[in-house]
Amino acid sequence: MQRAALRLRVKNQVAEVNLVEAVNLALAYELEHDQDVILLGEDIGVNGGVFRATAGLQARFGSDRVVDTPLAEAAIAGVAIGMAAAGLKPVAEIQFTGFMYPTLDQIINHASRMRHRTRGRLSCPMVLRAPSGAGIHAPEHHSESPETLFAHVPGLRMVIPSSPARAYGLLLAAIRDPDPVIFFEPTRLYRLFKQQVDDNGEALPLDACFVLREGRDLTLVSWGAMLQETLAAADALATTGVSAEVIDVATLKPLDLTVILESVAKTGRCVIVHEAPRTVGCGAEIAAGLAEHGLTSLLAPVQRVTGYDVVVPLPRLESQYMPSVERIMDAARKALEYA
Amino acid sequence: MTTVATFEISYTQFVDAQGEPTQRLPPFATDSAALIALYRAMVAARAFDAKAIALQRTGKIGTFASALGQEAVGVGAASAMRPDDVLVPSYRDHPAQFVRGVTMVESLLYWGGDERGSGFTGPRHDFANCVPIATQVCHAVGAAYAFKLRHEPRAAVCLLGDGGTSRGDFYEGLNMAGVWNVPMVLIVNNNQWAISVPRTLQSAAKTLAQKAIAAGIEGQQIDGNDVIAVRHATEEALAKARAGGGPTLIEALTYRLGDHTTADDATRYRDAETVRQQWQFEPIVRLRNYLARSGAWDKDKEEALQRECAEQVSRAVDDYLAVPLPGSDAMFDYLYATLPVALEEQRNAARRFAPQGEEPSG
Repeated sequence: MQRAALRLRVKNQVAEVNLVEAVNLALAYELEHDQDVILLGEDIGVNGGVFRATAGLQARFGSDRVVDTPLAEAAIAGVAIGMAAAGLKPVAEIQFTGFMYPTLDQIINHASRMRHRTRGRLSCPMVLRAPSGAGIHAPEHHSESPETLFAHVPGLRMVIPSSPARAYGLLLAAIRDPDPVIFFEPTRLYRLFKQQVDDNGEALPLDACFVLREGRDLTLVSWGAMLQETLAAADALATTGVSAEVIDVATLKPLDLTVILESVAKTGRCVIVHEAPRTVGCGAEIAAGLAEHGLTSLLAPVQRVTGYDVVVPLPRLESQYMPSVERIMDAARKALEYA
Repeated sequence: MTTVATFEISYTQFVDAQGEPTQRLPPFATDSAALIALYRAMVAARAFDAKAIALQRTGKIGTFASALGQEAVGVGAASAMRPDDVLVPSYRDHPAQFVRGVTMVESLLYWGGDERGSGFTGPRHDFANCVPIATQVCHAVGAAYAFKLRHEPRAAVCLLGDGGTSRGDFYEGLNMAGVWNVPMVLIVNNNQWAISVPRTLQSAAKTLAQKAIAAGIEGQQIDGNDVIAVRHATEEALAKARAGGGPTLIEALTYRLGDHTTADDATRYRDAETVRQQWQFEPIVRLRNYLARSGAWDKDKEEALQRECAEQVSRAVDDYLAVPLPGSDAMFDYLYATLPVALEEQRNAARRFAPQGEEPSG
């Protein structure tokens, strides 16, 4: 008994980890505490995943629970749906968001509506993880941010963490959620910085925005890797005497606007920052929500700083595609200077 | 040159189109009560089919996919299953679903445009109808994997059509089933038509069963109009699956005697004479002939059964028509386990604009 308690305390140690290590910790925690959890994907076994998110997990939990799949994305999603409907909690990995498109049929036609169309007789408690976004000088089809495709689908959750601690807490929540969750992990953040993460199995809430920094003059809204530039812009604005509030949306679907509306009620000005292309991006939904529910709070038009409506460029141009601190500052000035 | 691999595809039939045994029947078929049960299930499914088409024509249900002429596939397969096995059907498999315990009322609700039709009270763990072609193959692999992981003596039985074997989900799922050696039986109802596209334009493969060979699993062809062959092949494949022997693909040769669905007009693409000739191979008459020849069936029993099935269908139709319309909340109630806050406003709007006098729930 005493030994078990001791081991538990050792496992609960607070560690300095980067985002990919935080993902690994969350997966390991759930594999250990819930026999129904199972991982599947390409190269996730001995190799530990191309980004090492599942490093060491097959050795620890066995090849029947950490499963290397054949190279077939549609089936990875489809098989996970079958597992979930039969009582498991599969966490499937797609190697890059650019290779997720074959899964859309399974995710949209089945995962998202399994509970609905069977009147709750069957459900689909699965997570589909994928590294997303640009900024790591990757080849073609390795830099996409297609969150809006999934955020449009009723019945899904679309979640993107922006730090190791939120990756840990939100992934635990995603695995425990009784419905399907699409979980994007920003590749640019995988090894960008470390953070103290308490491996205590505590989940963070889904369907909730996080206020990362409080402010009075301006609301900056973003998610995923773009919060790096957004927070840097808030720092830069602070040196000019502007107090910017920074919000991490985290769950893009379903989108709870409460926190954003409360913030804009205070600041009157809002800049939305996202890496994905602008048209019908998730920023448009937030801007529409502000127009519908927060118009009288607004002192200036809502500004959007986004990826351009172009194919995400190959590495030589990607820095010009990505919203930069300068572009965010420019939009912030427009919002602040509007009469 | 050396041959590194050779393969054979077997074909099995027990009773021919005239109702004559072509080989010694499997043990279960020596019990005439068991055969009569199969016969009854096929007759009931056909009675349901005819009524459902009539209901569509009079606007009482929506588009309906008839199983006319293919009743032996679903009835034979489902009768070989245990209750805790899982059926993973396409959208033409009500003959199998009825054997499993789905009610005719539930099937009518589904085709009548009501989600409650897939919330069936019978086999709670069976999958619902699957419309996107062959996507269900992957679900069957996943369910079968779960059974294997938990060491449960259960198996998944997946049904699909000949057109479905052209899709990626079929190949990808079959391939994974082979690699993981999961307890799954995949039954291809090769009814020769994918809407208007005939089998010859679907694949250059001589048989669809041989597609299993590429996945490293056993593939076999059977006479899908012979319910004894379907049940026997499914039973053997299930026994193999439960014993850890892995998946099997069974190609059941049938013919789609009706239109693809009530929204289709097959006279546009196939001639009536071919269809007329195919009627001589259909599954119900041959089993009736066999039963009559063996003394287990006669005209009185036939008349009684037809009357009984007509009454069963008629009662189901009455019950279906008496089901009140769902309220607007039904659009929201099962979308998520708990309705997200973000959706409350939309649910309330739907309530506000619902027709007067209707309850939102129910």
